[in-house]
Amino acid sequence: MPEPRVLSFREALREAMVEEMERDPSIFLMGEEVGHYNGAYKVSEGMLERFGERRVIDTPIAETGFAGVGVGAAMVGLRPIIEFMTWNFSLVAADQLINNAAKLRYMSNGQFRLPIVFRGPGGAAHALAAQHSQALEALYAHVPGLKVVLPSTPADGKGLLKAAIRDDNPIVFIESEVMYALKGEVPDGEHVVPLGVADVKRPGRDVTIVAWSKMVHTALKAAETLAGEGIEAEVLDLRTLRPLDERALLESVARTHRCVIVQEGWPFAGIAAELITLIVEKTFDDLDAPPERITNLDVPMPYARNLENEVLPSAERVTTAVRKMLGHPEPSRRPAVAGTGR
Amino acid sequence: MDATLLLGLYRQMALCRRFEEAAAKAYSQGKVSGFLHLYIGQEAVAVGAISAAERTDYIVATYREHAHYLARTGDARGAMAELYGKASGCSGGRGGSMHLFDAAHRMLGGWAIVGGHVPIAAGVAFASKYRDEKDVTLCFFGDGTANMGAFHEGLALAGLWKLPVVFICENNQYAMGTPLYRTLAVEDVAVRARGYPMKSEIVNGDDVLEMREAVRHAINRARRESKPFFIEAKTYRFRGHSVADPGKYRSKEELQKWMERDPIRVLAERIQKLSIATEEQLHAFDDEAKAQVQDAVEFAERAPVPDPATVGEYVYA
Repeated sequence: MPEPRVLSFREALREAMVEEMERDPSIFLMGEEVGHYNGAYKVSEGMLERFGERRVIDTPIAETGFAGVGVGAAMVGLRPIIEFMTWNFSLVAADQLINNAAKLRYMSNGQFRLPIVFRGPGGAAHALAAQHSQALEALYAHVPGLKVVLPSTPADGKGLLKAAIRDDNPIVFIESEVMYALKGEVPDGEHVVPLGVADVKRPGRDVTIVAWSKMVHTALKAAETLAGEGIEAEVLDLRTLRPLDERALLESVARTHRCVIVQEGWPFAGIAAELITLIVEKTFDDLDAPPERITNLDVPMPYARNLENEVLPSAERVTTAVRKMLGHPEPSRRPAVAGTGR
Repeated sequence: MDATLLLGLYRQMALCRRFEEAAAKAYSQGKVSGFLHLYIGQEAVAVGAISAAERTDYIVATYREHAHYLARTGDARGAMAELYGKASGCSGGRGGSMHLFDAAHRMLGGWAIVGGHVPIAAGVAFASKYRDEKDVTLCFFGDGTANMGAFHEGLALAGLWKLPVVFICENNQYAMGTPLYRTLAVEDVAVRARGYPMKSEIVNGDDVLEMREAVRHAINRARRESKPFFIEAKTYRFRGHSVADPGKYRSKEELQKWMERDPIRVLAERIQKLSIATEEQLHAFDDEAKAQVQDAVEFAERAPVPDPATVGEYVYA
C-alpha cells in the first residue's frame, strides 16, 4: 500500500488541473493573476512554468470579457477553466454565466455543448466586509443549465474538480478561501468524484446535519460536541447543489427523522429553504420534528470581527438547534476557570 | 465586374427582404410570437460581409439576425419554422427569432442581451488562434452596443491578444428609439476601436460591394496577421426596432431620405447600368425569392410543434 499523501486544499485543486491539462491539450486556465503572480491564492502556483503562456493565461480585470471569451472558446470545442479571483467578482460577469453559458445548449436545441469550469473562492473569509464575503451558490443554483459544485475536503476538491473539467456543461465551482490551507489525504492520480453524489462525512442515527463547503466543518464540530452528550448526528456533505443528490438527502432524513441544514449565505430564498421544501414534500411522514436551518443572518456582511461572527453560522448555533429539536437540555455552562483569563 | 457575384448578392438580399416581409405578415396574423426585429434596409451589411467570408469562418450575431442566418445557410425553411416555434425550426422551436443557430454552418447565434456576445466572439477567435486554425470570426452588433461594458471588454481582449476577429458595427442610427446623437458622445462608433488598438474603417453599409470589399480586406488581414479589425457600416432600418414599434421618433422626411439609398435598389440600378441583367430579369429573381419564402412559410405552417414531452431536453449535455 502506498503511503497516504497529505495535501492542502489548494494543492489538491492544483493537482486536479495539472493532471487534466496534461491529459487534454484543449484545457486551459484563464483569469486574473493566475500566471506570473502564481494565483491570488496560489492555487495555480507553478502552472505557468509547467504549461506556458499559451495555456495559463493572465487577463486584465475584465470579468465579463474573459468569462465571455471562455464561453466562446467552449462553444467551439475548447475546455476552459476560468478563475474568478473571488466569486464576488463573478457578479459583473453574471450575464455570461446566466444569460449565455446556462442558456446556449437549450436555446440552440442541443447543437452545442459548453464544457467550461468557472472556479474560485466564495463565501466569507475574515473581515473582508460586505462586498467580499458573499456565498453566492444559491444564486447560481437557481439557474437551470448550470451545475454548482462546492467541495469540503482536499480529496473531494481534487476529485470533483477533475469531474467538473471532464463534464460537458458549464460548472460553477466554488472553493473556500479559508479552506485553501486545510490539509487532508488525497489519492494520487486518477481520483474522480462524480458530480451529484453526496457523501456522509460522519454517520449518525439521531439527526441529519446537512452542509456543503466549509459549513461541513462547522457541522462536524457540532456533531463532535453532540456526541459527548450522547447525540449521534449524521453529517451529510452535499458536495454538489446542482445536480442535487436528492436520494441521499431523503434517505438520511428518513432514517434519522430529524434534519438541520447549515448554510452559509442569506436565509431568504436560500438553498436550505429549497432542501426543507424537498424534505417536507417527499418525506414528511418520516419527520419527528420540523426541519431547521442555520444560516447567515439576513444582513450584508459587517467588517468588525465580532459582528461577522454574529452573522455566520457557528457550531454553537447548530448544537443549540439540535438539542432543542431532540428535547435535550443545554449543558450547564461551566464557570470560568481561574487563571485562564476567560 | 463579376456578374455572377452581383446577381448572387442581389438574390440573397432579395431573399432576406422577402423573408422578413413574410415574417412580419405572419406576426400580424398571430402565427409568429415574441419579439420580431426586422433588418429591412440593412441587408447589404450582412449579405456583403458574409459573402466575403469563407464557409468555415464563424458568425456571431445579435437578435436581429435573420439575414445573417440566411446569408450563411440559405435555409429559409429552418428560419421560418423557428419563427413559427416549430420543431423543424433551426433551433427546434426553443430559440425563436432572436436565437437562430446552425452549428454545422458555423452560425453561432442569435444572442439577445446587448453586448454579451462581443466577448463570446473574441472567445471563438481565441479558440482558432489557440488551435492554430486559420478561421476568422465575424461579430455583428448594433450602434447601441457601443456603450456597453461587454463591448469594451471584448474589444480590449481581442486587441490585447491579437485575435482574428472582425467586429462589424451595424450603425442604423438608433439604439431602439433613441437617436445616436443622444446616446453617443462621438460621431462615429469606429473611433472607439482606436484605443484597443485596432484598425477601423467606416463603410457605406447600404452598398453591398463596398461592404464586401471592406470585410474581405479585414478578414484577410485577420487571417494573415491574426489581428482584429473594426468596421462601422452606416445604414438605416426602415422598420421600427421591433414589429411592435411604429418608429414615431423619426420623421417621414428622414425615413424617405434613407429609403432612397435602399441597398437592394442601389444594387439593382448598378446591375442594370452595367447591363448585367434587365429589370425583368431582376423581377424574376425577386419572384424566385418570393417563391422560396412562400415555400418556407408553407413548410413552417405544416411543421409539427415541439413535443411537450421534450421540454426538459437539452438543459444539460
